Amino acid sequence: MTVPIELLYNRSHEWARVEGDTVVVGITHYAQDQLGEVVYVELPEVGTGVDAGDELGTLESVKAVSEFLSPAAGEVIEINERLEEEPNLVNDDPYGDGWLVKISGSTEGEDLLDAEGYQEFLEQESD
Amino acid sequence: MHPWIGAGHDDRRNILEELGLSSIDDLFASVPPQVRVAGLDLPGSSDEESVRRSFAEMASTNTTMNSLPSFLGAGVYRHVRPSVVDAVLSRAEFFTSYTPYQPEISQGTLQAIFEFQTLISRLAGMEVANASLYDGATALVEAVLFSHRTLRGKRNRVVVAETVHPLYRSVLATYVEATGIEVNVLAPGPDGRIDPAAARAALRDDSCCLAIQSPNFLGILEDLPGLAEAAREGGALACEVVAEAVSLGILAGGGSLGFDVVCGEAQSFGVAPGCGGPHLGFFACPEKHVRQMPGRLVGQTVDEDGQRAFCLTLSTREQHIRRAKATSNICTNQGLMALAATVWLELVGSTGLREMATSCLARSEELKRRITALAGPWRLAYPSSPTFNEFLLVGPGPSSELVDQLSAEGVLAGVPTAAWGGSWPDGILVAVTERTSASDIDAFVGALGRVG
Repeated sequence: MTVPIELLYNRSHEWARVEGDTVVVGITHYAQDQLGEVVYVELPEVGTGVDAGDELGTLESVKAVSEFLSPAAGEVIEINERLEEEPNLVNDDPYGDGWLVKISGSTEGEDLLDAEGYQEFLEQESD
Repeated sequence: MHPWIGAGHDDRRNILEELGLSSIDDLFASVPPQVRVAGLDLPGSSDEESVRRSFAEMASTNTTMNSLPSFLGAGVYRHVRPSVVDAVLSRAEFFTSYTPYQPEISQGTLQAIFEFQTLISRLAGMEVANASLYDGATALVEAVLFSHRTLRGKRNRVVVAETVHPLYRSVLATYVEATGIEVNVLAPGPDGRIDPAAARAALRDDSCCLAIQSPNFLGILEDLPGLAEAAREGGALACEVVAEAVSLGILAGGGSLGFDVVCGEAQSFGVAPGCGGPHLGFFACPEKHVRQMPGRLVGQTVDEDGQRAFCLTLSTREQHIRRAKATSNICTNQGLMALAATVWLELVGSTGLREMATSCLARSEELKRRITALAGPWRLAYPSSPTFNEFLLVGPGPSSELVDQLSAEGVLAGVPTAAWGGSWPDGILVAVTERTSASDIDAFVGALGRVG
């Protein structure tokens, strides 16, 4: 399982990449592996206000539908429209082209893990 | 204890002993004595033949749709039912009301449901139909909840025509009570129809749905294109509920007229009218909204050898997997009745359905003409409004009393509307189908002459 060093992580397996005032959100390599082949992604409307921990949308695989939660507080400013036609990007490139939403806001003060912490968390989960 | 034979005396004694109780009545000690039945006044045991005879005698005192010319309708209709329908239904391979929990092993059941979906979506003028729902009332509820979800739960008001069946509206009120969705009831105009301009005015910026029945509760056809336009302008989804499915033999389903949902009751398709059902709900919508569609959906695919096969699809959004976040709390379908409708529609065929609907309309118009020609106190409540096979008849007195008098004169004249109130005149809903004979119509007109 890849866990890029530069990202922050939720215990519900979302990642956050802080780019100035913008936070890019996706799900982790581990999460997409657990879900299996993603067939549909339901994303929020641009302009939606969110708190950390709020549901941002759902990911549907052939065997389950799961919510994904926001690791940041702010406002949704962009959604990954490519996922409408190519939901498999979430599986193929979870940290790159498979990103989900961009939030104008911050992860400041949120209870997130760094890469090392998330790696440990995954090891505990698998015990 | 035996796995499927009930507990015997010894078993009961052992269980009571284990529980430290002296009698089965002790189990109900917490129920206050004043609400307990002291004893049932029942006859002693009897042999099967005698029991059958005594029940047959009791049943023969009922007046049924078969014992008198019947004009009963108001949401339950009597149409031709070829015996092939029951012959197929009673096949052991089909005789279960459930889609199986290991569904793909039952390819026959899935194929029948797939065909049902195909037939319904064609009649509704929609891209997708589900595997069926319980009845027309719950189909309306699902349409409202579907609209609420599709507009992302941001619009918490629904406008429902008063001319939607009062019992459907009652079920809706029960369902939404705890959801925070508010129901606004929109009364019809003086012609018994919903005015699109009034519908547009009733829709606010927090309305998610405009629900219309056509033919409506009074039997009158609504202005579906105008109402679809009103909903679109108001930012709400347009939902059509159909209570008399045979009307779809000559009337376009709302899907081709701009509606976002076409749902309703398909009892008319091969399900006999019965006291308490079963009924058969259906639900159709455009493919773009399929992930918000309630209930089950069967898809056609190919197996690993490339042969046609059927499978449940999108069940990831159903309650047994998604629990509280499911699209709906319906996690089954009305399987056997959907099969009845499928067999019935495939027997009748598209030409047959059109002929049947045409016959309903023609006989209904014939009866309306005969009533209008009567010199007397009987009149059509909405003489200028277009109807399909049902209309509201107003007579010289309260509808429920008139119905009793007409029954004494030898006809089941219809359903009195008094019990449900409404902004329309108190009257009798008179339903006419292809099974209404010329002599039934003569009997009806004759009885009116004697009661009027």
